[in-house]
Amino acid sequence: MFAIPLAWLQLKRETVRLLVALAGIGFAVILMFLQLGFQAALFESAVTLHQKLEGDIFLISPQSTSLTSMKSFPDRRLYQSLGFAGVDAISPIYLGLGIWKNPYWEGPPASQTRSILVIGMVPGDKVFALPEVAENQSQLRLTDVVLFDRASREEFGPISKKFEALKATGGLVKSEIESRRVKVGGLFSLGASFGADGNLITSDLNFRRIFSKRGEGMIDVGLIKLKPGVDLEKTLARFRQNLPGTSRTDPKKTTDQTKEDFVVGDVRVLSKKAFIAFEQNYWKESTAIGFIFTLGTAIGFVVGTVIVYQILYTDVTDHLAEYATLKAMGYKNRYLLSVVFQEAIILAVMGYIPGYILCLGLYNVTRSATALPISMTLDRGILVLCLAILMCVISGAVAVRKVQDADPADIF
Amino acid sequence: MLQPIITIENVSHYFGAGRLRKQILFDVTTIVEPGEVVIMTGPSGSGKTTLLTLIGALRSTQEGSLKVLGQELRGGSESKLVELRRNIGYIFQAHNLLNSLRAWQNVQMSIELHSDIPASESRDRAEAMLEAVGLADWATQYPNELSGGQKQRVAIARALVCNPKLVLADEPTAALDKKSGRDVVEIMHDLAKKQGSAIVLVTHDNRILDLADRIIHMEDGRLSSLDASA
Repeated sequence: MFAIPLAWLQLKRETVRLLVALAGIGFAVILMFLQLGFQAALFESAVTLHQKLEGDIFLISPQSTSLTSMKSFPDRRLYQSLGFAGVDAISPIYLGLGIWKNPYWEGPPASQTRSILVIGMVPGDKVFALPEVAENQSQLRLTDVVLFDRASREEFGPISKKFEALKATGGLVKSEIESRRVKVGGLFSLGASFGADGNLITSDLNFRRIFSKRGEGMIDVGLIKLKPGVDLEKTLARFRQNLPGTSRTDPKKTTDQTKEDFVVGDVRVLSKKAFIAFEQNYWKESTAIGFIFTLGTAIGFVVGTVIVYQILYTDVTDHLAEYATLKAMGYKNRYLLSVVFQEAIILAVMGYIPGYILCLGLYNVTRSATALPISMTLDRGILVLCLAILMCVISGAVAVRKVQDADPADIF
Repeated sequence: MLQPIITIENVSHYFGAGRLRKQILFDVTTIVEPGEVVIMTGPSGSGKTTLLTLIGALRSTQEGSLKVLGQELRGGSESKLVELRRNIGYIFQAHNLLNSLRAWQNVQMSIELHSDIPASESRDRAEAMLEAVGLADWATQYPNELSGGQKQRVAIARALVCNPKLVLADEPTAALDKKSGRDVVEIMHDLAKKQGSAIVLVTHDNRILDLADRIIHMEDGRLSSLDASA
């Protein structure tokens, strides 16, 4: 309808102002991307372990709150469930945070010791969807041998580098965990989380040697695998009926959720989906993290809105006489409003693009510096683009009120 | 006889409200015929500009009857007034060009209001109009790259490009020197004559009075006609 893209031409004419505006919007976009990215990475990292577990149903203690603060429960419950129809296999998992000693410590001020998540499993059981764990089954059977997560934080020492170097000569990396001497028999990749800076996998026997105070028959997670084609919901209902003790559910959860997440007697039964949700909910609701990142995103949004408003307001003020002229010529108010909104949307999209590109770089930096699984997702890209457009439209809506001031009778 | 372009009958106008209410125009009555060039003179504050904004449908008429291009303005809806504005060419004291647009684009802004002119033709038409005001070589310049006289000539091209039946000009020479002021008004006068447009021109400038078919004089909100030869 309009051959002359007035909005774009006006923005283009003021090159410096345009660049300042784009820098401001880009900054707001980056801020939102980082906050949302960190949040997603936290929640993602918190459940990398869960996602690698090859089980369909999990048993935990009702008192457990997250992977790094598990309460153990008697393994009897796990063995009982082996008798339920549809269950194919079971496997106990032991979890504990132990003090790891960096064998290649270079002296103060760095700390020699650091707490690491130790995972105990029965060698030969298929617990993790990690090919390197399966390959190193024989190593796991050896006394005081552990597998080390090469994606752990650097503070644990250059274990994976030294491991590869010593492998050629047949040597092994030796270290201490909870003051017990262990050898690193292999590597795997899992990644650090906010709760655990690094991971070790070892056998159930070694686990009990390391954590010697742990009572006999006490496990942290019971992993249950179902036979192929078995209905998950029906099996869960069977667990609910057949495990000893009364069944309780969280009244805050929906009926669908309580089908996959309930407590019977002294164990909590979870589907894999509910197990992942259990961990994420802990970080979302029981810590300040979810709130902090949401607040950070909101601040980015507000900063962006203020910047765009300033730019648009100045722009409208500068062009007020011109707008009044256009009205005198017979242009409707609607045309002028559309010009301001077009400017807002052009700014949003143009500011978003450099913000997006810079953010990819910042995500890379963060990933290599923190070993957190942070990366750009399509969902987040679209979300932030929508936020950026919303930001500009809100500022535009405030700034257009100024356009109403353009009175053509004043310009004669 | 053709219908007059402008018929003003007993128009009065007030500014302010309550005790501050002040009458600006008193019972103004006159007509402007098609193609007529009318120059309105008078001291500052006599109400010339107010009358011009009333004719231009930029203010709503309060008292009396004001017909422009056959349409009664008093009590007209906002959209009617906007529609009417599209058929009037305006030339302002300051040129009021859009600084972010090139000269031809400024002229085209006026063409875009008329949906009967195809987009493909509008640039040619804008450039032809600029040629008519002697700016063929300046069509791609931005307003801040033009002299005052040139800017005012672009404004004239913008006002006249759609062959309006009526051109309103408010002191178009005020910001110009003697020579270019005269040139500008002559261009406007010649083009309007060629198109058959009526002109109502408000001015203080005695040097251009000879271009008028009729001169009207406004003093303290009242009109008095003068002879064109005076």
